[in-house]
Amino acid sequence: MDFAFLTDTFLRLMAALPLTLEVWALSVAFGALIGAGVTWMRVSGNRALAAIACAYVFVFRGSPLLVQLFVIYYGLSSFPAVRASVFWPFLRDPFYCAVLSLALCTAAYQSEIFRGALAALPFGQIEAGKACGMSRWTLFRRVVFPIALRQALPAYSTEVISMTKATALVSLVTLWDMMSVATKIRNDTAIVYEPLLIAGAIYFVVNAIIARGFSALEWRLTPHLRGRPA
Amino acid sequence: MSTFALLGFGEKGWGFALLAGAWMTLLVSLVGMIIGAAFGALVAWAKLSGHVVAGAVGDAYAAIFRGVPELLIVYFVYFGSSGVLTALANAFGVEGFVGVPAFAAGALAVGALSGAYQAEVFRGAFLAIQRGELEAARSVGMGRWLMFRRIVAPQVLRFAIPGLGNLWQVALKDSSLISVAGLSELMRTAQVGAGSTHQPFTFYIAGGALYLVLTALSNQVFNAAEARATRGLRRAAA
Repeated sequence: MDFAFLTDTFLRLMAALPLTLEVWALSVAFGALIGAGVTWMRVSGNRALAAIACAYVFVFRGSPLLVQLFVIYYGLSSFPAVRASVFWPFLRDPFYCAVLSLALCTAAYQSEIFRGALAALPFGQIEAGKACGMSRWTLFRRVVFPIALRQALPAYSTEVISMTKATALVSLVTLWDMMSVATKIRNDTAIVYEPLLIAGAIYFVVNAIIARGFSALEWRLTPHLRGRPA
Repeated sequence: MSTFALLGFGEKGWGFALLAGAWMTLLVSLVGMIIGAAFGALVAWAKLSGHVVAGAVGDAYAAIFRGVPELLIVYFVYFGSSGVLTALANAFGVEGFVGVPAFAAGALAVGALSGAYQAEVFRGAFLAIQRGELEAARSVGMGRWLMFRRIVAPQVLRFAIPGLGNLWQVALKDSSLISVAGLSELMRTAQVGAGSTHQPFTFYIAGGALYLVLTALSNQVFNAAEARATRGLRRAAA
């Protein structure tokens, strides 16, 4: 065991962790916004909007993220019109392409989670809210959102964790995330196991922390399900 | 060259290559799924057995393979198994680097990933079996193996179909990562096509569309399988 090498590898990987987390956080956040929009379209009652939302979910859940990422990063830039457009400063940058692609993909999964949570709302609660004369917005803020949030949380944490894992794909579009650094160390030193094992351990710990955070949040949001203190 | 000719089945068309890639994707996912079923059944058995050590090993396996990026697992299995094979070959006097075939490494990686999730599907399916049926089987004097074959396995398979359908879709998509090992499945073929014709958009969209065809078709198959497997249940409920 070469401890100097292991420490060096660990430090280099940790130096790349911020980029991994940045891609993760931005894509989860934008994914939530887009996903909420898709869910709204799906439950809007408008046939055309619902069909578009369905098609969106089908396309982004049915094809591999790697294909989506490559369509956006390599595919779009092959059009002169895209290169001439105002979006080019963003689309030429692998960072924005990665965030865009991951956000579009997770939005499809997140919208299904939101939809499931809405479908599980007890009808009586909505009725009660309306009976008290709540406006649509108040009803959403006071009744729909809190219940749906609790309902969605377990599935949402799974999705968020799968996004940390998905960020490893951005190494294939030339971003210097943890996965790229691990690959680079392997290429430079021909040492296979250690860089991958250390990177895997860091991803594992990050995911464990996120999972812990979500269960703490779930615990906080469900005081009514807790047993009374003995 | 028009998009039509490019993706067509003519002399310079990529149609056959893409279809062959889709076929390879199907094959590697299928073999991976079967390997995953073996891993999954073992882990489910370990968790259900009540053995503390076996259960802990099963939990650790599931936690690791669910908590680490799929791409990392693919790299690890591909380069890792080649390392082991090279060491073995060198020990037997063969010189130099010996690579594991990309298909084998890919199927193993997809299988190891899928197994971690299949374990939970099988465990849930086993727990969904009515206790009374197991008791009845025991009381008519069925042995462990006979009970497994006649009572447990058919019902576990029935209850597991929806979960396995989801995991099959995941396996199909995960198999695209094996392209990094150079296996000419659908993703890799699209990449090669994109590179040699300088038409990345066309090829990645075509590849993506073929993945959609695969997932949509397999959805139909799983729905049909579920309808068939639960045909007895429905009649009982009606």
